[in-house]
Amino acid sequence: MNTLRRRQAWQTVRQELARTFTLWGGLRLLSLAFAPAFIIAAHALQDVHCNLDEETLIIGGIIQLYYVRFGIFFGCLGIFVRLIRGELAERTLHYLFLAPVRREVLVIGKFLAGVLTTVTVFGAGILASFCLMYAHFDAGHGFILHGPGLAHLRAYLLVATLACLGYGAVFLAMSLLFKNPIVPAVVLLFWEGINGVLPVWLKRVSVTYYLKPLFPVELPIEGFLGLFTVVAEPTPPWLAVSGLLLFAALVLAFACWRIRRLEVLYSSD
Amino acid sequence: MSAERAIVFDNVSKFYGEVLGVNRVTLALPPGVTSLVGPNGSGKTTLLNLMTGLIRPSRGQVFVLGMSPNDPEAFARRVGYCTQVDAFPAGATGRSFIRGWLRLSGMDYGDAERAVSEALERVGMTEAADRKVAGYSKGMRQRIRLALALSHRPEVLVLDEPLNGLDPMARAESLALFQGLGKEGLHVVVSSHILHEVDKISDYVVLLSHGYVVAEGQIHGVRSEVKEHPMQILVRCDEAHRLAAGLLSEAHVVEVKVHPDGRGLSVRTRDAAAFHRLLNRVVLEAGLDLEALSPADDDVGAVYQYLIGSDSEAV
Repeated sequence: MNTLRRRQAWQTVRQELARTFTLWGGLRLLSLAFAPAFIIAAHALQDVHCNLDEETLIIGGIIQLYYVRFGIFFGCLGIFVRLIRGELAERTLHYLFLAPVRREVLVIGKFLAGVLTTVTVFGAGILASFCLMYAHFDAGHGFILHGPGLAHLRAYLLVATLACLGYGAVFLAMSLLFKNPIVPAVVLLFWEGINGVLPVWLKRVSVTYYLKPLFPVELPIEGFLGLFTVVAEPTPPWLAVSGLLLFAALVLAFACWRIRRLEVLYSSD
Repeated sequence: MSAERAIVFDNVSKFYGEVLGVNRVTLALPPGVTSLVGPNGSGKTTLLNLMTGLIRPSRGQVFVLGMSPNDPEAFARRVGYCTQVDAFPAGATGRSFIRGWLRLSGMDYGDAERAVSEALERVGMTEAADRKVAGYSKGMRQRIRLALALSHRPEVLVLDEPLNGLDPMARAESLALFQGLGKEGLHVVVSSHILHEVDKISDYVVLLSHGYVVAEGQIHGVRSEVKEHPMQILVRCDEAHRLAAGLLSEAHVVEVKVHPDGRGLSVRTRDAAAFHRLLNRVVLEAGLDLEALSPADDDVGAVYQYLIGSDSEAV
């Protein structure tokens, strides 16, 4: 990418960040990312006696079940669907298309802005939750400073980054393929939700399958759901990471191809 | 005319599903001011959107100054488009809106700031530039869109109903601006249904109806092609009755009406050139004092009425 295109992509990122962080948009995103941190802080004020193993399991559960399955999913849905489809809905896409910029540069800039936003906000949310979970008792300090705590934190941040990339790419593609991407997004939410009980070959067609081996803590499968859960051979972490990165790159390439053919027809959108 | 200097539509059709946008349009628009005239739904905006690459032709090809709209990086540097779409990014001021667009084009901050100030001054929006667009009147929003289209000094300026929402003073200023840009050698393509206003500034007109081009060319040329409606010419002279008698001697003069004050005539003729020769001869032979001579229906409005009829919404 030459200097001009880098400058154009950076300006697209800046404009997109300004679009995302309007008062209400920013508040919604921040509340989604920091809700667990507030709850953990409230517990931390009251709980004096804490069990390290229990806290580790709880934070693992929060990140797997809340952040990846819910917070990042809906955060990415709100942000990545708006990148192009939102401009169509707001009837402002033509301003971008009439600028002397390659449309591919616009897509890459917008995607980068989405990734930057979600990774920063959800990364900060996970960091805050993690610190609050361990910071209020001595064993927790030791876990972070002298134990495997920092490795866990790095793994959680890597998972969050890959989840933002994976879901972001999926939602960007959906917004370019469907006039109303909410319906396919609900189908995806359902699909990701039942991933645990799917046969192994279907498990592979999901984001959570590739994220699972990267979690430092495995959650116990108990109760009724445990009866249906299919335990799959774990994907090697290198394959999980490179697979998700490759997937995001392929979707981005598709988005670049698609946007070159996109027509601005507000009346039908 | 060289394709490098013209806006060319080569047998272009555009269909929205089964709905016709424009059909088999072949045009070569020269530099200067071109007006696209036609009622709502006639295909004006479709032609402008095709011209600027916002939509693609279902058939045929469009070239602007030899460039295809499919290469926006080079194309948009030479083309500015002021659309009818009255929407802006949330929270933008007039200045930040144009500056953001210029920065996106690759300009550095200083150059963008200078270009914004120049464009705002051209459309008379300097004072209101730092207010939020959401608080602007319709006319101010129109002028900000026009400033955006002008801000990068394009060679082709495409304007979709640019006079909508403007007060009479702003309309006159805008028309003068378009005319000035046309005289500088720019292509200024204006769609409008306010015929008497665009008529004054147009070097070339394209009349559209139901997605088809029904006439195109310089307005006087187009008018002379409308054979079924003889041209109407108004003449003021000291002895209208004598002049009327002299004019009726030739077959191309199909109607002469004398004004009640006895000093004016309304003449309908099938051949304007022959009429002017005849008028010269009669005036000289009879020793009449000719005060004024003007065509009465040699304008876009009349041609439009004759070709498209009364179902139009144009005024």
